[in-house]
Amino acid sequence: MLEKVLKGNKVYWGWLAILLALMAVGAVCYGKQLVNGLTITGMSRDVSWGFYIAQFTFLVGVAASAVMMVIPKYLHDYKAYGKILIFGEFNAVAMVCLCLMFIIADLGSPQRLMNIIIHPTPNSMLFWDMIVLNGYLLINIFVGWITLQAYRKEVAPPQWIKFFIYLSIPWAVSIHTVTAFLYCGLPGRGYWMDAILASRFLASAFAAGPAFLIILLYIVKATTSFDPGKEALKSLGKTIAYAMSINLFLVLCEVFTVNYSNIPSHLHHWHYLFFGDGVLVPWMWTSMSMCFVGVLILIVPSNRESDNMLIFGCLFVFIGAWIDKGLGMIGGGFVPNALMEITEYVPTQLELGVALGIYAAGFLILTMLTKIAVGVKLEVGE
Amino acid sequence: MYDKGAVIAGLAVFVVFFSFPFWYNTGSAAYKQPQPELPKNSKQCVESKEWMRAEHMQLLNTWRDDVVREGMHEYTSTANGQVFNKSLVKTCMKCHDSKEKFCDKCHTTMDVNPYCWDCHVAPKEAK
Amino acid sequence: MKNTRRKFLKVAGLAVLGWSMRPASRLMAAHGAQSAEGLFMASKHGAPKHGEGLHAGRWIMLIDTNKLTPAIEQKCINACHTNHNVPDIETKQNIKWIWAEPLHNVFPEQMHENIPGGTERTTLVLCNHCTNPPCVRVCPTKATFQREDGIVMMDFHRCIGCRYCMAACPYGSRSFNFMDPRPHIKDAIPEFPTRTKGVVEKCEFCSERLAEGKLPYCVEVSEGAMMFGDLEDPESEVRKVLASRYSIRRKPELGTEPGVYYLI
Repeated sequence: MLEKVLKGNKVYWGWLAILLALMAVGAVCYGKQLVNGLTITGMSRDVSWGFYIAQFTFLVGVAASAVMMVIPKYLHDYKAYGKILIFGEFNAVAMVCLCLMFIIADLGSPQRLMNIIIHPTPNSMLFWDMIVLNGYLLINIFVGWITLQAYRKEVAPPQWIKFFIYLSIPWAVSIHTVTAFLYCGLPGRGYWMDAILASRFLASAFAAGPAFLIILLYIVKATTSFDPGKEALKSLGKTIAYAMSINLFLVLCEVFTVNYSNIPSHLHHWHYLFFGDGVLVPWMWTSMSMCFVGVLILIVPSNRESDNMLIFGCLFVFIGAWIDKGLGMIGGGFVPNALMEITEYVPTQLELGVALGIYAAGFLILTMLTKIAVGVKLEVGE
Repeated sequence: MYDKGAVIAGLAVFVVFFSFPFWYNTGSAAYKQPQPELPKNSKQCVESKEWMRAEHMQLLNTWRDDVVREGMHEYTSTANGQVFNKSLVKTCMKCHDSKEKFCDKCHTTMDVNPYCWDCHVAPKEAK
Repeated sequence: MKNTRRKFLKVAGLAVLGWSMRPASRLMAAHGAQSAEGLFMASKHGAPKHGEGLHAGRWIMLIDTNKLTPAIEQKCINACHTNHNVPDIETKQNIKWIWAEPLHNVFPEQMHENIPGGTERTTLVLCNHCTNPPCVRVCPTKATFQREDGIVMMDFHRCIGCRYCMAACPYGSRSFNFMDPRPHIKDAIPEFPTRTKGVVEKCEFCSERLAEGKLPYCVEVSEGAMMFGDLEDPESEVRKVLASRYSIRRKPELGTEPGVYYLI
């Protein structure tokens, strides 16, 4: 099936060339980081995690969201997802690769990366994150490849692959749960110290992930003769509306708890994010309003019928969730710091350059996997 | 044979790469055993010279973990039973007081770059 | 015959599994008498028990907030930072092992503005060497670990620079080497290593001095404003002071059990 990657039109090759160019930019920036250290980033003693870790946190969610199609398809035999499930699985592969690259980019001493395996430490959540992320990557490569191959040969996939498909359901939940546990188990970080953080992460992920997938499928539809089927896209839109509503509800639960209890160590972070004169205030309001508007659009059934409204709703939800997790979640957790001092964090150009390169690499993987999936689908004739 | 040209070209590239160290170094000076300068103020290292030559990296690794992680500071020589403080700077470099004339001699020849001196401070070189 | 061989293999297999359990479980959580590092769980590490060094069941530090003046604070900071090759970096990517901080920052939950001298008065803060250190709990490589005598140590050789410990520390006691520290150290002290870019560092209660039988640098120059001793020894000076004066610790509600006590 790999040969599908080697045949494409000018748009395909042009897009790959752009991605390769961006990867080169990222490589140059990362080279500077390797030589000079993380001093090229905007991170500091007080805000010791930044854009990289935030992207990782957000993308874990996008990866996990494949389960929003696996459950209807395999547990409820919902046929409409059969056609597009492979895109969810391959998307998960690309997103987990992105996560791993972002973690490595964030390490101060990447040459010692293997110490996590040489000196395994299960009391560290990072150890479990390594296990669940790599496991999820393997499961999705495996399941995606085997089912696509069976589809190409027009035979039913082998029975034993069902085991891995069912395994992928709790595993998808686990990757985002463990990622939330990275944060919510830390004493003295009031913004994260919250039992509903994992569920909130999952809710916003199950909105942002399918939103990304819908946009991806519309792009596939526009650039190839493959039709994902309106029914499936509409259903995904419904999932997004519900998931984002739950996320907003959970945010309101936190807002109530934090404000009514009035405990300073929790309250200060919310105040910094939404009311102070910090750099993130306009972003956070934008995020919340975009999520809200996105839900308003997608909750109306007739809007999901219209391609344009569906795409708009998805964009709103996706960008809103990205700001919330990809900017606010980490910044808000570190400011104010343990001594109640405010140190602002803004990513530097080099830092963004590295991130851009990593995103390009992830999208390269995504493009090639999608190309394979579309190629096989068209070959068999759908 | 299919794709004869490509196969032969590929093989040629492989052979050139594989033999890189040989033809790259042709003409450069022949290998000479490095002569690290031995300390003048003492005769005996913590272990025999031959053992140290082969095993000093493992010894330093063990010392490092013992001191940093286990709080075990004393090393008893298997050569003569003498007790030493497990310390690169405070023991080794007290006798071998020049990094340039001792450590670097072999390391440069062998082209190895141990990261000891990224953190540990070498004794000041006598000018 | 066929059946007996089968049976034998089964029993032999089980036996091998059983025999392998004990060493495996010991490897997984080695601590106590056998102080080697556990294969899996972070465990307590050995501290020197004999030799000429100072030994304790649990090292603690007392800081007398009334005796500290800005001048003494500066002396303590200088003594520590110079002797530990702490680089002098001006930006917010700076490195601090011990530093002065206003009381309302040190005890955000426990201060009010009407205390004698006001809350702008400063005191010294450093790693608390917690009994339940969150940094040790989160470290994915056991690069930071706890000794049996309570000191939380750093193994700079092993740290991968993930900075999880910095997120976990509720006291902001940890610093990361965003850059190569060497150019920012005026005269490096050869007896103590500098650090390299990409690792986390912090105060280690001068474990290298204790091994030589000396008290920490800051305590030595503090003109009596700081004390250091064994919490588990009822006859120790620190126990007597704790019994006679009122003391508080930072963020007691987090259950970390800091080893640094502030005398009020």
